[in-house]
Amino acid sequence: MKKVKQTGSGNKTTFKVYMQNYWQLYLMLVIPVIYMILLRYKPMLGAIIAFKKFNIFAGIWDSPWVGLAHFKEAFSSRDFWNALKNTLILNLGDLILGFPMPVLLAVFLFEIKNISIRKATQTILYLPNFLSWVIIAGIITQLFSTSGLVNEIFRNMGMSEVNFLSSPFIWRFVYWFAGIWHDAGYSLIIYLAALTATDPSLGEAAYIDGATRLQRIWHVTIPQIRPTISTLLIMQLGKMVSIDFDRPYMMGNTLVKSASDVISTYVYSIGLQAARFDFATAVGLFQSVVGIILVLSVNKISKKMGEGGIM
Amino acid sequence: MSTLNSKGERRFQLCWNTIFIVVSIIALIPIFRVISVSLSSKDAILSGKVFLYPVQITVEAYVRAFRSGSFLSSFGFSIILMLVATVVCMVMTILAAYPLSKTNLKGTGIIMTLFVLTMYLDPGIIPKYLNIRDLNMLDKVWALIIPEALSAYNMIIMCTAFKSLDSSLYEAAKIDGCTEFQIMTKIALPLVYPTMATLALFYAVGRWNRLSDVLYYVNSSNLYTVQMVLKQLIESIKISQEEGAVSQLVADNIKSASIVISMTPMVIAYPFIQKYFTQGIMLGAVKG
Repeated sequence: MKKVKQTGSGNKTTFKVYMQNYWQLYLMLVIPVIYMILLRYKPMLGAIIAFKKFNIFAGIWDSPWVGLAHFKEAFSSRDFWNALKNTLILNLGDLILGFPMPVLLAVFLFEIKNISIRKATQTILYLPNFLSWVIIAGIITQLFSTSGLVNEIFRNMGMSEVNFLSSPFIWRFVYWFAGIWHDAGYSLIIYLAALTATDPSLGEAAYIDGATRLQRIWHVTIPQIRPTISTLLIMQLGKMVSIDFDRPYMMGNTLVKSASDVISTYVYSIGLQAARFDFATAVGLFQSVVGIILVLSVNKISKKMGEGGIM
Repeated sequence: MSTLNSKGERRFQLCWNTIFIVVSIIALIPIFRVISVSLSSKDAILSGKVFLYPVQITVEAYVRAFRSGSFLSSFGFSIILMLVATVVCMVMTILAAYPLSKTNLKGTGIIMTLFVLTMYLDPGIIPKYLNIRDLNMLDKVWALIIPEALSAYNMIIMCTAFKSLDSSLYEAAKIDGCTEFQIMTKIALPLVYPTMATLALFYAVGRWNRLSDVLYYVNSSNLYTVQMVLKQLIESIKISQEEGAVSQLVADNIKSASIVISMTPMVIAYPFIQKYFTQGIMLGAVKG
């Protein structure tokens, strides 16, 4: 292999020898590369219908241009702003309520000396991550419905019923709770692994110096897993404008539409259900572009702050 | 640590052990609840007797769930789909990852960039849908296999695994006259078996749980996965809820039974695949 590198290319015979050695590797790459071009890059070109009046018979290329008309329509549409607002609110809640949870769990779980409790907690908290959002939403909405367990407990305690699933404001908390239930175990495992790699002698030294447990956790343990925390934070911040489809689609219902309509479900309903392909593409494209800008800038800011980026 | 024996330490351990046991129980309550509702009789649910354990145990809801939904056929379809999709995904991932792991192979840099960019550039739902339509895959089983057949992220994990192998193994095999393809199948693949198993499980669980592509690309009910059938069942019950409180409560146990049925494969597989997933998360985290 080294020999090829030294002789380099340019010479016809060395090229022949090179290909004789490696043609099988290139052959292997043919299918994946064609796949990527046909299924990942071709649709990127297809996104130009955001600037066209799409005619299903004329096709993507022969449809007439309309410039920024679809974007103008989107920006003056209340439904669009509502979907964008909800996307941001729901993601912000996930960040504020959902992000610190696994850090806290991991730090205290790591202080526990009983290995079997540590393992069992980890296993149990990770389980919901394997269930689909159809199932998670089915379970959670049933739990919070008027006849569900939570309201049953409220009634038994003499409190009045809460309509978790019909008030848009309260529904958001159910959405965030479902997110924590589904996702916390995943990040927990990452943090626990980071903690396992830390140096225990630092904590012992702090203990001898008379640091309390909270001081030790705050000043010794957390700084050691700071790179992991910041990496996960950057990834989550970069995803603030994009939102998964399955979760809001399954968690929402017609009564809380004003809170559960997000970009992904909005694009689905105007694009695939109402067949306004061009307009829906424009909305989706807006989201993708803002998303990329966000990822790049968060990455840059974090590098400037000395936290290291993800790219 | 020397702190283990102190009184304060013992109190702390006891306290936090209890807290984590409580947290674990709370995390399991939604699952206990759905199981107990599914196994309880109508009367028990109506009179509010069911809490976290089934009352007047009956499997009536399961019988009705199986009868009302097309569960059995969609189960068979979902399992076959999952197996086929996983094989396709793994073949694609290995075909891309093995050549790209050879850093001295010319052109790998450009091709790697081609793959990595797809992780950040998203054309959106509609252009993808129109592309699938152009490729004539709408409402065909391929629409549920091909669009997600190769994930750049998993390909990079696979690539890292190949790179970690000792290159002298390859050279020895080459001297013995093995072709690159033989080296891959006979030497490299058996050595990266743990990563392969992890990625195969990633793909399999992803396929089993995904709802969106069934919703986007498929119309015929014979191509519905378990998730789609369950989604329809839950939705039809949402509608019937408006008829009145009684039918809602009756519906509750059928809905629960359907949820438990669709949950079972994952819950059974979980203890066996959890280990691989934990490894898989770490593989991804190292890259991140």
